[in-house]
Amino acid sequence: MEKVKVEICCGTACYILGASRLVDLEAELPEEIRGKVEIEARPCLNFCEKEQLGGAPYVRFNGTEVMAQATPESVLQRLQELCGEAE
Amino acid sequence: MLNGSIYIRRELLIRLVRAFDDGTLREELDHIPVKLRPKDMQASRCCIYHDRAVLKYRLMALLGVCPENEEDEAKTLASYFDDMVERIGATLDSQTGGQKAVQPPLSVCGSACSGCPDAKIVSTSNCRGCFSRPCTFTCPKKAITVVNGQSVIDSAKCIKCGKCITACPYHAIVKTTVPCEEACPVNAIRKNEQGVAEIDFEKCIYCGKCFNSCPFSAVMERSQLLEVLMAMKRGEKLVAMVAPAADRQFPGKIEQLLAACVQAGFKDVMEVALGAELTTEHETKEFIERFEADPKTLMTTSCCPAYVNLVKRHLPTFLPHVSTTPSPMVYAMGLVKEKDPTAKTVFIGPCVAKRGEAVEKGVDYVLSFEELGAIFAGRKIDVMLCPPWKTERPAADTARNFARSCGVTEAVLAEATSKIPDFKLCAKQINGIDKKTAAVLKIHAMGKMPENFIEVMACPGGCVNGPCSLR
Repeated sequence: MEKVKVEICCGTACYILGASRLVDLEAELPEEIRGKVEIEARPCLNFCEKEQLGGAPYVRFNGTEVMAQATPESVLQRLQELCGEAE
Repeated sequence: MLNGSIYIRRELLIRLVRAFDDGTLREELDHIPVKLRPKDMQASRCCIYHDRAVLKYRLMALLGVCPENEEDEAKTLASYFDDMVERIGATLDSQTGGQKAVQPPLSVCGSACSGCPDAKIVSTSNCRGCFSRPCTFTCPKKAITVVNGQSVIDSAKCIKCGKCITACPYHAIVKTTVPCEEACPVNAIRKNEQGVAEIDFEKCIYCGKCFNSCPFSAVMERSQLLEVLMAMKRGEKLVAMVAPAADRQFPGKIEQLLAACVQAGFKDVMEVALGAELTTEHETKEFIERFEADPKTLMTTSCCPAYVNLVKRHLPTFLPHVSTTPSPMVYAMGLVKEKDPTAKTVFIGPCVAKRGEAVEKGVDYVLSFEELGAIFAGRKIDVMLCPPWKTERPAADTARNFARSCGVTEAVLAEATSKIPDFKLCAKQINGIDKKTAAVLKIHAMGKMPENFIEVMACPGGCVNGPCSLR
């Protein structure tokens, strides 16, 4: 089964607007989805310019789906959904 | 911890940097409040017009103007910007070497202040009017009665001891607070006759606790961000002096952060930890001298400017106990000027009180980590992508650790034991200044306590948790 890929934008804008809370997410993954996801901290993904600055921090799932104003809770929830769908 | 107030502050800072670099700042300024709160958006306060008004004051503070000093409500941000350009031009022409008008770094925006009701203890609808009624039994003032099956607290009798709060099995009794008044360690912020918070600058120690405690974000910091950006544009030799608290504020290593500063437009960088090494050396020497002169000596650190303000304004008799050793920032400034006397210094840290110390000691500008972060964000600089800056010499680990509680004590102890092997220090840390700190210091001054060295940091955990830190 392919892993769900999560890219956390750690460009400075996203980082100071909340991504600093997301980088430790790996350690907080619940047992059932650990091993099914791959989390990566990325340099600026440019959404703060293409989209709205007020949407930071941005997170991208599986290279296509973009989440604005991401929080540890919203990312975890989406991950659980995506892992469920993949099964 | 990130919240709505911090978010908007940072977002505005980033927008400011971007607009400044695009050369559109003057035109954009007055549009920002509308852009951020368009008419169909849900308001955060009573309505979007109130939101916009507060955003305007926020931008005024970022332009270096106290919102309290507003004279003409109709004055546009563009004309405040013009004032600023004119002011800077005048200072440059006069060549007086930075004789800037000293204004307090903090300011309360009356329109943002919610005028929180006075702190009191109230019984809520969670009260079940139970049979045991532990609240009425524990109240030492017999202030609680039960009316129509609900407990009622007579505020004229209540002494706010809070015993009923813990006694109630339903958590029905709560204490309401005025967060800024509760956070202020020296009772410098109070509501005026209009019910709006006001800072008494005779009492204020600039610890910045009110700044982050206000849930309505009414306490604002006057910024020098634009002044720094303009100085950069003029090509001035700005040297970034990065405080030891910078460690782990951004992703990447401290050397990468130094490189990012140069990439952002600073001509050179200096780790303030190098100044901390000198502070350690002199502070230790000062302690040993004091100890040799009087074995019952009591000395406290002096690198926390909020603490020094506390002593100066609230406990002047304690001043002889405060070390006279200059702070790491002052030593770092010396090192910069030694290398290049014409350089302009920019201290970058997590502290509000440093803004005052900087004016006093001749440091040209102060930026917060938030403001530095905004410059990086605006100029698209990722610290973790920067190649490490090649420093002439990295600062000692003990000096880099200065910004954490216990850090100064450890540095002084290490320095002293390297000179006197069996050196003993009876140290204590005041890890965060609160309403009791002045009283605790008074007890120490009486000479009844065993400690002879007290490290004081206004922020719990040390400068790393300063009011303008990013974490």
